[in-house]
Amino acid sequence: MAVAASIAVEGRSVQARMGSPSRFGDKAFEWLTLAMALAVVVLIILIAWQLWIGSSVAIKKFGFHFLVTSTWDPVAEQFGALPFIYGTLVSSLIALLIAVPLSIATAAYLTELAPLWIRQPLVSLIEMLAAIPSVILGLWGIFVMIPWLRDYPFPWLKRVFGWTPFFNGPIYGPSMLAGGIIIAVMILPIITSVSREILRSVPDLQREAAYGLGATRWEATRIAVLSYAKKGLFGAVILGLGRALGETMAVTMVIGNTPQIAASLFKPGYTLASVLANEFTEATSDMYLQALFEIGLVLFGITILVNLLAQLLLRTIAVKSATRAVQ
Amino acid sequence: MKCPKLAHKILATVLLAGVTATASAQMMINGAGATFPYPIYSKWFDEYAKVDPSVRFNYQSIGSGGGQKQILAQTVDFGASDGPMTDDNLTKAPGKILHIPTVAGAVVLTYNLPGNPALKLDADTIAGIFLGQIKKWNDPKLAALNSGANLPDQEIVVVHRSDGSGTTFIFTDYLSKVSSEWKEKVGNNTSVNWPAGIGGKGNEGVSGQVKQTPGAIGYVELIYATQNKMPYAEVKNSAGQFVKPTIDSVTAAIATANIPDDFRFSMTNAPGKDAYPISGATWLLVYEQQKDATKGKKLVEFLKWAMKDGEKMAKDLDYASLPESVQQRVLKRIDEIKM
Repeated sequence: MAVAASIAVEGRSVQARMGSPSRFGDKAFEWLTLAMALAVVVLIILIAWQLWIGSSVAIKKFGFHFLVTSTWDPVAEQFGALPFIYGTLVSSLIALLIAVPLSIATAAYLTELAPLWIRQPLVSLIEMLAAIPSVILGLWGIFVMIPWLRDYPFPWLKRVFGWTPFFNGPIYGPSMLAGGIIIAVMILPIITSVSREILRSVPDLQREAAYGLGATRWEATRIAVLSYAKKGLFGAVILGLGRALGETMAVTMVIGNTPQIAASLFKPGYTLASVLANEFTEATSDMYLQALFEIGLVLFGITILVNLLAQLLLRTIAVKSATRAVQ
Repeated sequence: MKCPKLAHKILATVLLAGVTATASAQMMINGAGATFPYPIYSKWFDEYAKVDPSVRFNYQSIGSGGGQKQILAQTVDFGASDGPMTDDNLTKAPGKILHIPTVAGAVVLTYNLPGNPALKLDADTIAGIFLGQIKKWNDPKLAALNSGANLPDQEIVVVHRSDGSGTTFIFTDYLSKVSSEWKEKVGNNTSVNWPAGIGGKGNEGVSGQVKQTPGAIGYVELIYATQNKMPYAEVKNSAGQFVKPTIDSVTAAIATANIPDDFRFSMTNAPGKDAYPISGATWLLVYEQQKDATKGKKLVEFLKWAMKDGEKMAKDLDYASLPESVQQRVLKRIDEIKM
C-alpha cells in the first residue's frame, strides 16, 4: 500500500514537474514552426509584390501586349515577351522528354535490378552530377557538347526526321534542342534521386505479392512498384520541371539567345531566365529595367501556374487510381 | 547566473574588438560598375596601396548599368561605365556627375574561314553582314575588298553578344554612325534587336561560337582576340585607310576624336589617318561636390595619380591609354571636384 501510494504520489509529482514546462515547450515549438512556415509564404508574397512594383510602369504601358508580341527592342523600347515564354516552355519540355524516362529507368534499375555492389557507386556518381556548377556545364556545352551534336546527332536527326518541321533548316549548333539537352543533364540527378527514394519506400510486400501471383521481374516492377509509386514519381518530375523552368547560366550559353519562335529545334531560341541573366546588368534606361522586371514577374507566374497544373493533374491521377481500387 | 556574466564578457570583448578595428581601419572607398576595365582598375588599386597605404578601394564589377544606378543612388563613392550617361539619367542625379575617361579599348571582328586569310572590311560590308544582307563569303562586295584572298562560297554565320555589354554599345555606335540603315532599323545600345545571327554570352561565348562554326563572324574585345590568338579583320577608317586594331591605333583614335568638355564622347569612326574606327573609352563617374571631405580628398588624389602614373600601366594590360593632351584636360577637370 505504502509503496503503491508513494509511486502514485511520485507519479503525480513527476507529472506536475514535467507538465507545465513541457506544455510551454510544445507551444513554443508550435509557434516557432508556424513562424518559419509563414516566413516562406511571406517571402513569396514579398517577391511577387516587389516584381509587381518594379514592373508597374511597363505593365501599364504594354498591358497584355507584353505577353503576346515578339519584338524585343531595347533601343526603341518596344518589349514583347512571347519568344521568351515560348523558349522557356519548349526547352523545359524537351528536357523533361529526355530526362524523365532516363531518370526513372535509372532509379528502377538502382532499386530493383542492380547488384548491391554497384548501387552505391552509381548513386554517388549521379549525385556528383548535381554538384557540377552550371557555368561549368555551360562551358562544357559550348566546347564539347555543341560541336559533337552539330557533327553527329543533329545531321542524323535531320536525315531521318527532316521531313517534319521540327528538324528542319540549317544546323548552327547553338539551338533550342541543345538548350533542352543541357537542361536535361541538369535535372537528371534530382529526378533520379527523388525517384529512387520513392521506389525504395515501396513496401516489399507489394513485390512479394506480385511474385506470388507469378509475375516476372518486369511485370512486378511495372505493376507492383512503378504503378504503386506513380504519384510520388510524378512529384519527382514536377521538382525537375521547377528546376528546368528556372535554369539560367548553362542554357544561356548554348541556346543561341535569339528571341524568335521557330518550329525547328535546330534554330536558336531564348528563355525568360536567360534574357534576365543577359541584359539586367547593363540595362540603364527605366523602361528597359521595368520590362526586365516584368520578365521576372512572368517567369514567377509561369512557375506558379505550372505547379498548380501539376497539382491538379496529380489529384486527377489520385482520384482515378482510387476509383479503380474501389472497382 | 554564470551565463549572463559570460555573455557580458563576450559582448565586451566584441565591442572592444570593434572599437579597435575601426580605430586602426583604413579609409574604404567604394566603387562599382563596368567589367571591361576591371583588370586595370584592380591593378591600379593594388599599386596605389603602396603609394597611400591609408586608403583602400573596394570595386565591384557589376556592369555599367549597375555602376550608373549605384552612383545615382549614392551608394558608392564612384561609379564606372563603358558608355557615357544619358542626359535623361544625369537629370536624375542629386548633384553634378563628372565623367572621367580612363582607358580605351577596341572591338575587333573575328572570323572562322578555311586557312583564316587576312580579311579587310569597310563600313558598308560590316553593316551589310550584320544586317543580314550580305549572306555569303564570296559576295562581290567582300571580294572587291579582298582581291588576294580566296573567299569560299559559304554562308556567313553572324555571332553577336547576347548579354548587354559595353562592347555591343561601341560596335552598334560605330554602325549607327556609318550606316543610316542600321541607325534607323537597329540603333545603338548595350543590347539591341539583332536583325541576324545567333547570340553568345560574353566574349567567351562569341569567340567559342566563332571558333567552332565554319563561316562565322563575330565581334569581341581586342584583348580577348589577341590573348586567344584569333584572327581579326583590318577595318577601313573614315580617312580611307585600312587599319589593324592595335593599342596604338586606338590611342590615335582618341587623339583625333572630338572630345567635348564634359568628356561624354564617342570615339568611333574617328577622323585620324591611323585611327582604328571601332573603339571606345571607359569612364569613372564621380560627383563634382563630394559629401565627405576627407574621402573626397583621397579620391581626388587617387584620380590624379591614375591619370599621371596609372595611365603608364595601361599598355601592359592591353588597354589603350589616353593621349597626353587629353590627360591634361582630365587633370584640370579633376581639380574642379569640390569638398
